[in-house]
Amino acid sequence: MNAKIADRIATAVFVLIALLLVFILVGLVGYLMWRGLPHISWHFLTSPPAFSEAGGGIGPQLFNSIYVLFLTMLLTVPIGVGGGIFLAEYAGDGWLTRFLRSAIEVLSSLPSIVVGLFGLLVFVQYTGWGYTILGGALALMLFNLPLMVRTSEEAIRSVPRDQKEASLALGVSHWRTITSVLLPSALPGIVTGAILTAGRAFGEAAALMFTAGMSSSRVDFTDWNPFSPLSPLNPMRSGETLAVNIWKVSSEGLVPDAREIAAGASALLVIVVLVFNLLARFLSRWLYKKMTASSS
Amino acid sequence: MDCVSEVLSGEATHQPRWFGSLGAPQALQERLAERAQDVPAVKAETDVAIETRDLHVYYGKNHALKGINITFYKNEITALIGPSGCGKSTYLRSLNRMNDTIPTAKTTGHILLNGEDLNRPDIDVWALRKRVGMVFQRPNPFNKSIYENIAFAPRFHGIKKKSTLDDVVEEALRRAALWDEVKDRLHESAFALSGGQQQRLCIARALAIEPDVLLLDEPAAALDPISTAKIEELLLDLKKRYTVIIVTHNMQQAARISDRTAFFYEGELIEYNPTHKLFTNPDKQATEDYVSGRFG
Amino acid sequence: MSLPATRSPELKTNPSHMKFEKLRGTFGYSLTILSVFIILLAVISIYIFVFSKGLSTFFVDKLHLWDFLSGTEWNPTRSEEAGGPVFGVFAFIYGSFVVTFLAAAIAAPIGIGSAIFMTEIAPKWGRKLLQPVVELLVGIPSVVYGFTGLTLLVPFIREHIGGLGFSLLAGVIVLSIMILPTITSISVDTLLTVSPEIKAGSYALGATRWQTIWRLIMRASAPGFVTAVIFGMARAFGEALAVQMVIGNSKRMPTSLLDPGSTITSVITMNMGNTVPGTLENNVLWSLALILLLMSTVFIFAVRLIGQRGRLMS
Repeated sequence: MNAKIADRIATAVFVLIALLLVFILVGLVGYLMWRGLPHISWHFLTSPPAFSEAGGGIGPQLFNSIYVLFLTMLLTVPIGVGGGIFLAEYAGDGWLTRFLRSAIEVLSSLPSIVVGLFGLLVFVQYTGWGYTILGGALALMLFNLPLMVRTSEEAIRSVPRDQKEASLALGVSHWRTITSVLLPSALPGIVTGAILTAGRAFGEAAALMFTAGMSSSRVDFTDWNPFSPLSPLNPMRSGETLAVNIWKVSSEGLVPDAREIAAGASALLVIVVLVFNLLARFLSRWLYKKMTASSS
Repeated sequence: MDCVSEVLSGEATHQPRWFGSLGAPQALQERLAERAQDVPAVKAETDVAIETRDLHVYYGKNHALKGINITFYKNEITALIGPSGCGKSTYLRSLNRMNDTIPTAKTTGHILLNGEDLNRPDIDVWALRKRVGMVFQRPNPFNKSIYENIAFAPRFHGIKKKSTLDDVVEEALRRAALWDEVKDRLHESAFALSGGQQQRLCIARALAIEPDVLLLDEPAAALDPISTAKIEELLLDLKKRYTVIIVTHNMQQAARISDRTAFFYEGELIEYNPTHKLFTNPDKQATEDYVSGRFG
Repeated sequence: MSLPATRSPELKTNPSHMKFEKLRGTFGYSLTILSVFIILLAVISIYIFVFSKGLSTFFVDKLHLWDFLSGTEWNPTRSEEAGGPVFGVFAFIYGSFVVTFLAAAIAAPIGIGSAIFMTEIAPKWGRKLLQPVVELLVGIPSVVYGFTGLTLLVPFIREHIGGLGFSLLAGVIVLSIMILPTITSISVDTLLTVSPEIKAGSYALGATRWQTIWRLIMRASAPGFVTAVIFGMARAFGEALAVQMVIGNSKRMPTSLLDPGSTITSVITMNMGNTVPGTLENNVLWSLALILLLMSTVFIFAVRLIGQRGRLMS
């Protein structure tokens, strides 16, 4: 009897713990939406921030976030997939490969602020660029590469071996087998990895505050020539992102509605992360279904 | 080990037991006898398609094939039979150097195609595999349309013109007796085909690069009887153009379609003879025991 | 050796085309090497740069290592009459370790418990429900955790528990929620590798579910749980903004959980932008970054060691 009572108590405890986990997520998201959603409006999303009075927006920050994300993915996806191909298809099991795998593991667990500091040293100070969107994107690339490499490698490895053999047996080269047979089949996995990476990059602040900077330089949203200094597309200007802005206005905001701005931006950030997450789920499922079609 | 001693001590009987269990033993026996005239024990040098001399394959320390000498003749079907793990698939895979894709595999000896040794390190394996095509046990079409499945390898091997490619695809599908079934849906996914159609697609894919020799590794093992019958019929047709080498687990299949049969056991070639001889009057006791179903 | 006549003319090997394909293969292979090289270069240069900057405090500025690590006074602006600036970082190191260990102590039972719930108590719907919860919690950006801590937790502590609200306790709670999904998901992976036969055998012997979990599953998964907690601690130790936003950033040694304090990361976050490169104060921050880097390396190798021992044991 004693054992049975203990079993019941234990089950109850586990259920409570699980409920706690759900409560934390629901409470967190609910709180952020309750605080932030009322503040989100078209004006808020598109207006520039105010300096001392209430009513400013997060327009430039939102644009910078998207632009940094775009540049980051532009750098991360090809290099990450390249590394994934190397590890899945070319790497042997010698000391160099083991060293490489350790290096990727180390990079993936480095605190983002350390990556940010490295970026500050190399992309801000040594290059003499100062705080730039490009520097931020490069730092974020370093931060996200391990995840991209790992998901690409797994996706390529999960392609059935008989696909590769079929191609090689036709006298097709290893490289063309990779690009024309393995990569298309690995696409759902790679896309999922890329979207998850993007979600992480969108919310990252510590790696960006010392690289892309904590101020948004003056931009002219009518000038789209990336080489012109006032253009929003100029990657060599400093660009505070949404996540960095949340940190800045919460800790040193001068405007009277700093808390509301941070709340609105936080809610927006969480919504974007949720969307990325759902997108990754559905897109990979859809791609997978589309690729395996209906056999039988 | 029990079965080995049984093999070695078993008595020879001239009426293999499995004949009794076949659906139409009389017909099959007649067919074997009828073909006996067409298949002389040895043919002229000019009829040789591919041969191996003293071929050894090692997987790490495992000596998988021990000095195999077989001469395959043009426009014949040769069956490789033997119990699981006897080395017949390894042997087949060594003929187009697919064992190269396994890092621990090592092959020594000679594989002569038109007198040229294929087992030299400097041989161009792409060109070699183009001349020695391969079809696998499980149908493994690419994750592409029916058309692309076939056009993929010819395009790699240098056919750029759309009209030529169209011809190559049609010709390959016709030879694989699949054209009439798929000509209206060439651009649909290959995965939408039935298992038997997929396997014929894989054969068409191998034929599209115009090989001299076609290797098939238990091509009907995953198929239903009707699809199997279609494949067998197809192979009998294909031998008019190609040299066909087929690994099979199914002795009745070997008896039905092959001109010559090689019996492998524990990495060695036990017997290689015209099929009618090997099945009705084998030279070796072990062969007798295997084809009569005493082990395997 | 003549080719057979069945060969169609188009399919004769075209040497220049094959040369092109060979070149293409070599080029592609080089690109993957280049990718890998970029990653290696990044990791190696991160170590080299952080080491050289972090060590210059001691080799260039001649700060005494022991004074630095054990000193509890931080005053970059102390006047020359009073003895010049002092940089004792013990309070920050202490703060980092305290919040990390306490956060792990809170998150470990909840995370492992949730994992057991997902795999043993309700393997079907429990997993379907909690897996997305865990993934979403991982995805929420750290500044958002910081903002929630700042606007919800800090006032709550101030009004209901005491002190300023900005405190080690606030840091601990925020971090424990942040590392919860990490611990949960790695624990789930571990539990999924416990073979069903062991469980079936235990149930067949009449053991209750709790006895099976406690005696067999927990024991079999112990190394995995330790790995999960270490990964969680690594995340907590390196987390910067969320902690900095709620911990109070006091440079003094905290004496209670309700006192404000600092961590290594919060000090770097606060000061890196306001110091001039090359100055002693700036170099000291790099020395703190070096400690972070070393600790994160230690965490990784601890995980590896456990992994290897686990493999040897099984």
